[in-house]
Amino acid sequence: MMKQIIFSIVLLATLGVFAYSMKRLWYNFSLTHKYPVGNWGERFIIMLKVAIGQTKIFRYPIAGFFHALVFWGFIVITLGSIEMVVDGIIGRERVFAPTGWFYDFVTASGDIMAYVIIVSILVFIGRRLFIRIKRFYGIEMKPKSKIDALIALTIILLLMVSLAGLNLAYYQMHTADYEGLYPISALLAPSLFGGLNAQGLHIIHEISWWSHILLIFLFANILPYSKHFHVFTSVPNVFLTRLGPLGYLQNMPAITSEIKYMLYPETAEVPAEAGTVRYGVKESNDVTWKNYLDSLACTECGRCTDNCPANITGKKLSPRKIFVDLRARMKEYAAGTREKGMTFEDGKSFLHTYVTAEELWACTTCNACATECPVNINHPSLILDMRRFMVMEEAAAPAGLNAMFANIENNGAPWQYPPEDRLNWLNDLNK
Amino acid sequence: MKNIDTYTVQVMADMAAEGKSPEYLFWVGCAGAFDARYKKVTVAFAKLLLHAGVDFAILGSEETCNGDPARRAGNEMLFQMQALQVIEKLNTYKVTKILTCCPHCFNIFKNEYPDLGGHYEVIHHTVFLENLINNGKLKVNKEVLSQKSIVYHDPCYLGRGNDIYESARQINAAVTSKTLEMPRSRSKALCCGAGGAQMFKEAEPGNKEVYIERTEEALQTGANIVATSCPFCMTMITDGIKYKNREDEVKNMDIAEILLASLLTQQDEKLS
Repeated sequence: MMKQIIFSIVLLATLGVFAYSMKRLWYNFSLTHKYPVGNWGERFIIMLKVAIGQTKIFRYPIAGFFHALVFWGFIVITLGSIEMVVDGIIGRERVFAPTGWFYDFVTASGDIMAYVIIVSILVFIGRRLFIRIKRFYGIEMKPKSKIDALIALTIILLLMVSLAGLNLAYYQMHTADYEGLYPISALLAPSLFGGLNAQGLHIIHEISWWSHILLIFLFANILPYSKHFHVFTSVPNVFLTRLGPLGYLQNMPAITSEIKYMLYPETAEVPAEAGTVRYGVKESNDVTWKNYLDSLACTECGRCTDNCPANITGKKLSPRKIFVDLRARMKEYAAGTREKGMTFEDGKSFLHTYVTAEELWACTTCNACATECPVNINHPSLILDMRRFMVMEEAAAPAGLNAMFANIENNGAPWQYPPEDRLNWLNDLNK
Repeated sequence: MKNIDTYTVQVMADMAAEGKSPEYLFWVGCAGAFDARYKKVTVAFAKLLLHAGVDFAILGSEETCNGDPARRAGNEMLFQMQALQVIEKLNTYKVTKILTCCPHCFNIFKNEYPDLGGHYEVIHHTVFLENLINNGKLKVNKEVLSQKSIVYHDPCYLGRGNDIYESARQINAAVTSKTLEMPRSRSKALCCGAGGAQMFKEAEPGNKEVYIERTEEALQTGANIVATSCPFCMTMITDGIKYKNREDEVKNMDIAEILLASLLTQQDEKLS
């Protein structure tokens, strides 16, 4: 009974802290703009393929292989964790056991995956510590990001070690009944815990049980403040993928109504008062909630930047940085508006203070970033929205582009040629 | 397949005056009309269409920029002004099917004009030409380029942008057995550096130009021909080959030019 009470208090505290973090995030989302969703069936298929099937992460085969193992392992192990929580509350053991073969399957695969994840996480930690992987560096990768990654990996490692301890002790206590359910632990337990008596095994089991469950609670509450929040956000982010071909750029209906009003003042609807709508993105609250979710789903793997032609050739643009910056600026901006209201002003903004014009103008909109992103972040659409602000609100385009605009306005082509010359190539048809 | 003595291309306004409307509008595009090098591609594609007996016309001097570079540069206002004008023009000629050699024009017509009320069937020239070969409307003389090796550079707006990777490769494979690939190809292809309105501005400071990086990759394959299917890619790759002083051994050709060079004429047919 005591164990149940302590467990329930810890669980309530965990949920309380988590709810607080979510409430703050909800506020951040409430500052952002709308983003259309629909086509649930298509989204579901994309989620099955990209998130559950891990298809895009395999574009880097070695890291992808280990990541997929960890991800699939997490799915079965999470089912076991849910059982542990129910067990903890009602003070029983293995409450889901009556589900029969399904239970056996989940328990057995959970046991195998615990060890698979231990190996994978050791590979990930070793790779971060001993191999210099270019995409883990860059100006947006501060020492803090490095520590953040190592903390998350260490917690996962400890989670799996405690789970293994739990399985090993449990198996050793019930060898006869549970043989098939713990394929790997069954192999290891006799040599590891063979010498312990029932009392010793019970103590190890209890220590492992409590460390595992407390680590889960701790991890869940660190995540909202870590890049590893993608554990929660990546599957929804993939589900909410911007649909359609990557070449598509979202329309600005506000401009359409303004132009239609200009061209047909009698018939068109009167557009929103000029000056009340901001064109494009300057501040973190000008983005859509999907852009912001993208920033929360980014785990800073750097595949976008690794494949960016501008970044490869030494330009300042790093697609990853834009989303790392958005997340950081939103945190700062939301804290300000929460305290001082929507008139909050700190002399900074997402565009310019965080992301500079030089970065944004280096983009070729080639979509290599969006193609690589394992969680379907759409970088070019945000880059373009920031260009839109610079051009339409600040009239601050590079000189070459201003000349191109003028040519299109004057002679209907990006270069200075008159429309009559469009037929000149016909003269070469019979040469 | 038709043998043609004198090539003639119809203009929309003239056809409309005779009460006719063609099946396809060939959207030449600004580069297709004005860029000295790329005009040759326009000519090649038009000749192929005429040989295949395709019913098409051009807008001629009535064509105007569809606004893509303005939109990619962030000037949505200018883009939409152009787009609404273009849609009005295409409506007057009741255009339903558009052919174009430019992946940027292709993308914006196909994916973005619908948001503004312009709905068309849009076909990129590589896809259209592949179909003409498959339908037997164009026949290939495998002798002409059989000794040449060809490497294909994927344009971003055709490849990653619209998932079209194979048409150009099929055409190359039809003219030579020596087709090569760069290490970064298809969805992993490196951009030529000109997309997103970069064509019209100086590059930001860095340690290399994107087009040099890409041209070096293409040259390392040892190909005789670097095939492109986009006017901006052509400008960049042609410049890159010149920069590397390799223009005597390596040619940059559009898929349409490669196919035209390998076209089986009726004279060839009689000989064989």
